[in-house]
Amino acid sequence: MTKAMTDTVSALIEAVNRADSATGLLDAVEALAAVPSVEVIDTLIEVLGYNNPGAAVAAVDGLVAIGEPAVLALLEQFCGHNYTARSWAIRALAGIGDPRGLPILLTAGMTDFSFSVRRSATKGLGTVQWQQFLPDLLPLAQQKALEALITIARQDEEWVVRYAAIVGLQAIAPALQTDEHWTVLRAGLEHVQQQEADQAVLARAYMALDTVKGLLQNKAVFEPTDGSAPLEIDWNTLRQDLGRVINSG
Amino acid sequence: MSQTAPPSDIANPSGEQLTLPQAIINLQGADLGLRVYAAWWLGRFRVQSTEACDLLIAALQDQADRTPAGGYPLRRNAARALGKLAYQKAVAPLVEALSCTDFYVREAAAQALEKLGNITAVSALLALLKNELPGTLPAPEPPQLVQPFDAIIEALGTLGATEAKAEIIPFLDHDIPRIQYAAARALYQLTDPSEAGQYGDRLIAALEGDDLQLRRAALSDIGAIGYFAAAKPIAETLAENSLKIIALKGLLEVQLNQSPLPQLSPEVNQIMTLIDGLL
Repeated sequence: MTKAMTDTVSALIEAVNRADSATGLLDAVEALAAVPSVEVIDTLIEVLGYNNPGAAVAAVDGLVAIGEPAVLALLEQFCGHNYTARSWAIRALAGIGDPRGLPILLTAGMTDFSFSVRRSATKGLGTVQWQQFLPDLLPLAQQKALEALITIARQDEEWVVRYAAIVGLQAIAPALQTDEHWTVLRAGLEHVQQQEADQAVLARAYMALDTVKGLLQNKAVFEPTDGSAPLEIDWNTLRQDLGRVINSG
Repeated sequence: MSQTAPPSDIANPSGEQLTLPQAIINLQGADLGLRVYAAWWLGRFRVQSTEACDLLIAALQDQADRTPAGGYPLRRNAARALGKLAYQKAVAPLVEALSCTDFYVREAAAQALEKLGNITAVSALLALLKNELPGTLPAPEPPQLVQPFDAIIEALGTLGATEAKAEIIPFLDHDIPRIQYAAARALYQLTDPSEAGQYGDRLIAALEGDDLQLRRAALSDIGAIGYFAAAKPIAETLAENSLKIIALKGLLEVQLNQSPLPQLSPEVNQIMTLIDGLL
C-alpha cells in the first residue's frame, strides 16, 4: 500500500470516529467499507457495537468483502457480552463462510432468540466455503450443517427462518460428498414438501427440490480441497467445537 | 422469534403468563390494568373462546377505563383483539364502535372490521369516511386528524367496496403521505386489474421517498396488495431486509394464488430469488 492510500484509509477511519450524527456515521462507514484493506477491520468491527443498524449493515458488507483476514477479529466478538455486536458478527461470518465460523453459525441458527440472526446464520450454513475445509473433517462438518438445516426447516417457528433453511439446503447440495448425505438432504426437502403449511416456504421447497434433482441428474461432483487448506486454522479445536454442537431441537 | 412483549402502553401488571380462565376472570375484575392486559393478551395469542369473545364485545361499551383526555383504553384493546380473533358476532358491535367519541377506538374498530372481512360494515365505514356519523364530531382542531382515514380507507379496499371509490380518490392528494398510500392501496384493490397499475405505481414511487418511516409504510402497503411490478423496487428500497422480505412475501402469495403449486411460474421464481438475496 502506498503512502497516499494509507493516508486515505486513515482519513476515512478518522471520519468514522468523528461522525456526530446517525447519517454522518452511515456515510463514513459506507466510505470505509468500500476499502478492501485489513487496516479497516478493527474500525468496522467497532461499528458493529454501535446502536446504528444502517451503519452496521454497511460494516458487515465491508467485512464480508474483506473476507478471511477479518475472521479472527470477528471470532473475538464472541468473548464479549455485547449482544448487538455479536449478532452483526454472526451475519458477517455467515457472509464470509470461513470454516472457523461454522460452530457459531450452527448454534446461532438453531438457538438465537432474534429471528433475523437465525435467518442469516441459517442461510450461511449452506454457503460455507467447503473447499477450504480439511478433507478429513469435511464429512463431519457437512453432516452437522445438514442436520441443523433440516431441523430448522422442520421446526423453526418463523416462516422466514424455515425459508432460509431451504435456501441453505439447496446451496449445500452441490458440495455434499456422500450418497448418504444426498439421501438425507432429499428426504429433508420432501418432508417439508409434505408438511409445510406456509405457501412461501412450500414454494421455495419445490424450487429447491427441482434444483437438487437437476444436480443429481448431471452427476455434479464436488471436489474437496487437495489439502491446501489455510494453515493457520486450528483444525483440532474446530473438530472438537463441531463435535460439541448439538443439532437436534 | 416474533414480538411477544406487549406494546409499551400495556404493562403486564401481574408479571405472570396468563391462562384463558385467568384472562376471563381478569376481564371481569375491578383492576383496570389487568383488564386491559387480558384483552391485549387474548388477541395477541389468538386465544379462541366464545366466552372471552363475548366479554370483549361487552368491553366495547366499557365506561370505567378512561384516560384523562376521555379515551377508552379497554375499548381500543377489545376492538383490536376481536379483529385478531375473527369473531363474526363482533361485526355489529364493532360497527357501533365506529361512532365512539374516541378516535383510537374508531381506528381500532375500522382495522378489526377489515380483518373480519364482512361487507355489512361497508356502509358505516363509508359514512365515517364522509364524516357523517353522529357523535364522532366535533373533532379536535387540525393538524390532528378528524377521522382515522387510513384505517377506514384500507378497510373499504379490503372489503371490496367499489361503491366507495369516488369518495376515496380525493385522498390520493391528502396532506399526510400515509393517507395517500392508503388511498392508492385501496384504489388498487377496487379497480379492474387492467387499470389498477396506476395506483400501484404511486406506491412504488413512495419507496424512493426520503423518510424511512414512509418507505416502511409504503413497503407494508405494497405487500398488502401484492403488486408484482414492485418486486425489484422493493428489493432495492433503503429499509430493513426483514420488512422487504415481508413485502415480497405478500407479492409471492398473490402469485401463488394465481398459479398454484406444484407449478412454479416465472414470477414466483423471480420473487423467491429476490427474497433469497435478502436473507
